[in-house]
Amino acid sequence: MILRPDFSRRFFASVLPLMYKRLLPIVFSAFVFLLAWSLVARYSGIPNFILPSPLSVWTRFLRAVNDGSLAYHTGITLSEIVLGLIAGVTIATILGYLLAKSRSLEKILSPYIVASQAIPVVAIAPLLIIWLGDGILSKAIICALIVFFPVLVNTIVGVRAVPAALYDLMNSLHASRAQILWKVEAPASLPVFLGGMRVGATLSVIGAIVGELVDAQSGLGFLLRVGDFQYDTPMVFVAVFTLISLALALYGVVRIVENRFLKWQG
Amino acid sequence: MIIGCKSKMSASILAVRGLSVVFSTENNGLHALDSVSFDVNSREFVCVLGPSGSGKTTLLRVLAGLIPPTSGSFKFSGGEQPSIGMVFQQATLMPWRTVTENIGLPLEVGKVNQTVAREKIRDMIELVGLQGFEDSLPRDLSGGMAQRVAIARALIHDPDLLLLDEPFASLDAMTRERMWMELSRIWQARQKTVVMVTHSINESLFLADRVLVFTQRPGKIKMDMEVDLPRPREDDIRYLARFGELARQLRATIE
Repeated sequence: MILRPDFSRRFFASVLPLMYKRLLPIVFSAFVFLLAWSLVARYSGIPNFILPSPLSVWTRFLRAVNDGSLAYHTGITLSEIVLGLIAGVTIATILGYLLAKSRSLEKILSPYIVASQAIPVVAIAPLLIIWLGDGILSKAIICALIVFFPVLVNTIVGVRAVPAALYDLMNSLHASRAQILWKVEAPASLPVFLGGMRVGATLSVIGAIVGELVDAQSGLGFLLRVGDFQYDTPMVFVAVFTLISLALALYGVVRIVENRFLKWQG
Repeated sequence: MIIGCKSKMSASILAVRGLSVVFSTENNGLHALDSVSFDVNSREFVCVLGPSGSGKTTLLRVLAGLIPPTSGSFKFSGGEQPSIGMVFQQATLMPWRTVTENIGLPLEVGKVNQTVAREKIRDMIELVGLQGFEDSLPRDLSGGMAQRVAIARALIHDPDLLLLDEPFASLDAMTRERMWMELSRIWQARQKTVVMVTHSINESLFLADRVLVFTQRPGKIKMDMEVDLPRPREDDIRYLARFGELARQLRATIE
């Protein structure tokens, strides 16, 4: 493909105003939410260890930032998520492509794949931790398992939806398999594939937390449990908000990729 | 230029012999082509004319190497595997590529040097009259413009054989007739060997040196007619008596 040199300039010129337009309503609604929350916390008579005020959550957040514990545990959880995403997405994409291309392979494997989805990941998380220990590895695998299915399904659907005429075109040009893959199948199935990635990215956060809640010595799930045991409810809130931010950030990364590569869809 | 002499002077570039295609279906086979034989001379514009379901498209797909013939053979004099430019009923552009990138696809597949490619694409955009739309996406093009891009893409790698599968069938009548002129002009500029499938008698008389008339399925050649109309053919050629005669002859053969 011919790359346009002024690409990055155009990219920022088009994305930045869009961000302001989207950011403004978000900032406003967050303000209203925080206001309502502080009013309820102050006047409803609910004790602080059940519903802490936004201010006490904020002070707890600053403390966790200053003593480095938040960064440390976020780092652990994030690396579990990233490892899980890389593994889950890679395997799901390759397998999804093979299943899309081979009906017989699909006939053999699809009953197992569908059955595997009937097993709740939450139920086998303890098993994985018994087998693989309570470190990063077991959580990354739980993440990968949870990310696997949406990415697999969307890869299959995306590759199957490639117009037959484009294959005819490429074959009439004596294109190689690799050229068909990179010039037709990959770009044509990208929109549906990225739809799967959007779901997968947000689910991956759940995977990591499920694992950490079962058993862990570190990570945001560990922080959640410690906060729970010690009636440090503000700490629980800090962990929850950090998780939400992580999920949003991952979702945002997928959206940025979509904006960059799917501009042709308009 | 006197047509009729031309085809006799130049050598056969494509020889089709006893070509049959049977598609296997649930109960019994679908006989699409029945021992079709013909020759195409170098730089000749041949139209394959016939009712729908006469295996015309199947013939083109066999020539493009997209499906194997059940029996019979076809041979190119140039070499084993000729390079092919193909235009389909729909423009079949890649919606994520700009006009320039779509036209350049065959050069990319053939791994042509980028600088050379850029120059060829520029010339081709000029030839098909798409200046100013180099960076447009297919979604912003009209049907006629999209089909111009498809024609440019089919010609960019200077193929041995140009295969056109009812390329103007999806266009409105006005655009279609303008595209005949365009294609006629482009063909004269590039001197390509063309096999074009159509179900329009006017279209075949406007464009072709020779018309092969196909029967209903299984497709068979019913008539091989030389079109001895003068070139370049303008819009008013349809008012020539000879045009009417040939059209009547074709019509009678089809029915």
